[in-house]
Amino acid sequence: MKTFLKQLRPAIICLLAMTLICGVIYTVLVTGIAQLAFSKQANGSIIAVSLEDGSKKSYGSALIGQEFTGSEYLIGRPMMVSNLSPNSTEQQALVQGRIDWWKDLDPGSSADIPIDLVTASGSGVDPSISPAAAKYQVPRIAAARNISEDQVQAIIDKYTSGRFLGFVGEPSVNVLKVNLTLDGLSWTD
Amino acid sequence: MVILQDIFFISLLILAAIPLGLYIHKIMIGQKVFLTPVLAPVERIVYKICGVKANEEMRPKRYLLAILAFSLVGLIVLFLIQLLQGWLPLNPQQFSGVRWDLALNTSASYVSNTNWQAYAGETTLSYLTQALGMTVQNFVSAATGIAVLFVLIRGFIQREKETIGNFWVDLTRVTLYVLIPLSIVIALVLVSQGVVQTFLPNHIASSLAGGLSQVTPLGPAASQIAIKQLGTNGGGFFGTNSAFPLENPNTFSNFIETFSLLIIPSALCFTFGKAVKDHKQGRSIITVMLILFIVGLTVITISEQYLAPQFAGVVVSGNMEGKEVINGIGASALWGASTTAASNGAVNATPDSFTAFGGMTMLVLMQLGEIVFGGVGSGLYAMLGFVMLTVFIAGLMVGRTPEYLSKKIEPYDMRMVCLIIFTPPLVALLSTAVAVLMPGAAGWLTNSGAHGFSEILYGYTSMANNNGSAFAGLQANTVFTNLVGGAVMLLVRFLPISATILLAGNMSRKKSVAVSEGTLSTTNGIFVGLLIAIILIVGALAFLPALALGPIASFFTN
Repeated sequence: MKTFLKQLRPAIICLLAMTLICGVIYTVLVTGIAQLAFSKQANGSIIAVSLEDGSKKSYGSALIGQEFTGSEYLIGRPMMVSNLSPNSTEQQALVQGRIDWWKDLDPGSSADIPIDLVTASGSGVDPSISPAAAKYQVPRIAAARNISEDQVQAIIDKYTSGRFLGFVGEPSVNVLKVNLTLDGLSWTD
Repeated sequence: MVILQDIFFISLLILAAIPLGLYIHKIMIGQKVFLTPVLAPVERIVYKICGVKANEEMRPKRYLLAILAFSLVGLIVLFLIQLLQGWLPLNPQQFSGVRWDLALNTSASYVSNTNWQAYAGETTLSYLTQALGMTVQNFVSAATGIAVLFVLIRGFIQREKETIGNFWVDLTRVTLYVLIPLSIVIALVLVSQGVVQTFLPNHIASSLAGGLSQVTPLGPAASQIAIKQLGTNGGGFFGTNSAFPLENPNTFSNFIETFSLLIIPSALCFTFGKAVKDHKQGRSIITVMLILFIVGLTVITISEQYLAPQFAGVVVSGNMEGKEVINGIGASALWGASTTAASNGAVNATPDSFTAFGGMTMLVLMQLGEIVFGGVGSGLYAMLGFVMLTVFIAGLMVGRTPEYLSKKIEPYDMRMVCLIIFTPPLVALLSTAVAVLMPGAAGWLTNSGAHGFSEILYGYTSMANNNGSAFAGLQANTVFTNLVGGAVMLLVRFLPISATILLAGNMSRKKSVAVSEGTLSTTNGIFVGLLIAIILIVGALAFLPALALGPIASFFTN
């Protein structure tokens, strides 16, 4: 016990020293460099759209998914986290409900629905869909907006990111950026 | 693509682990490195204010008491910061103090390098609590694990020596020379990809489709995420951890985070080989780890890709429930295997929504005792426990006194090895049993039936192996789970640490014996096979019945 108590003094001072180094100096140093070198990313990759009167309007982070349900928009993944087993009856009912919703939205389409459109993500705010899921929606968006399918596909291609090094991860389409562009809004990255 | 990605990942991991391992060896023995001119003055100041003499070594008991004192102080300070955060600065969302039982659980969780989280950071903790509380414990709990490994290594290489190093020196050197520099680099790379790092309050905007207000949670996240990955801590800055786009925005950041998760535990195998002056010893251990890891990764990937339910009218593809588009099946499976093989516990997809065999493989990787890479330091010292058990059993079979690295293994050593190896499975099973018997248990679950049982089994396995990942369907923020879980995490961290240090002390006091014809080689293929067999037998004997009730039943009933 005496040996233990003798260790308490260095323990307290050492923890304070480590708090200063790892908590204060390290955090402030990283924040400082981040704000100087990557201020846009460090502050949430916020999309600020320039309006006609010269002012700016924020539409939130490019990295956080937003809910779209209108036929004229590219629609993202379900905005929830289920934590359900994929084999459970609850989960299968949820997926079936989403399949029906997509069929209602676009009765003319005979294509199979890509899986990411009927499953929820791990974050609940996945900003992306797969290129296949975007392509599936092109005819519907083009018809709703009365523009050509090529125009819609061109916008989608513009906001498609590939795999890192060509083989790491999966390609993805940023839903919000596509929709902002479809609405004719512009912003600076 | 997926296979190419995995091969690239593992090759790069090994290539980077070798130089880092040799670098860490220099830090362990106090040699000069390229950072010495910058960091030596800081190091001296730390020793001075702590009243530590850098060249004064400790006996095992004192070293252990220093760890316990340091961890106790850390626990109390972290608890108080959480309780008092409402009155402290840097709290732009104006969170009040954390409830006492949750604060206690979280403190135990971070001090024990588990990072089990029964809360979501962005709705519970102030920026001050995150930076001064969570980030600091992420660093020092990792450094403590590595320090304990250093002690065990010294036990093997020293002869007839009573002292085993100085905890304050090991802690300071590992933090300053290894963890801080790596974290700075990784944090800045992550920020450049879109991980937030700011003290600004949450950003509120309107959504494009109208109606909803769009909240972007902010905070000093990248600095904490870097060390949460590197130190096998795993506690997310945000609630959904590295699935959350502001914690892990794209394919590159995901690769970097997965890589950071395994790099230090891999490097330490080479540190070990260098320290015992026999690279083959380290190589045979990392070979065992890699074999088990690759098997786990393969099972998870195949299960997620091919065993997902299919629906009419939907493109036939893998299980995307709970996974992000940028990761798909491949990078989610790679992360899942890595985070449970190492005792990290961060997630980039929801483990609860993995297929039955995918989730079970993650469970098994933890149940093997977090020795397939495992926690920084703790993974290797527990693996060395398994190595000694294997040597002991092999010695019994041929009727020779077992020896490892020229040290005889005697009954006292084996008692310590048993404490290291058997504490986690025993505690995991007992605590699962107690939790299942609680009258309200069914109300904590999201899933029902066998998968519901898996949620409890996974939770307590995770806590009892200092992993921290969860089948998040388990409602963990209850007084019962907070308190029992907190006790579990502390027990399985500090009992094996105590046994490791006492074991090291006993080994250090011994003479070394000459290697002869009859000495069992611990570097050849036969030994690698034997070690894998012992690991699997111990793991299977302990957990097969529980697995049969959970994921295996879940697979067959669906």
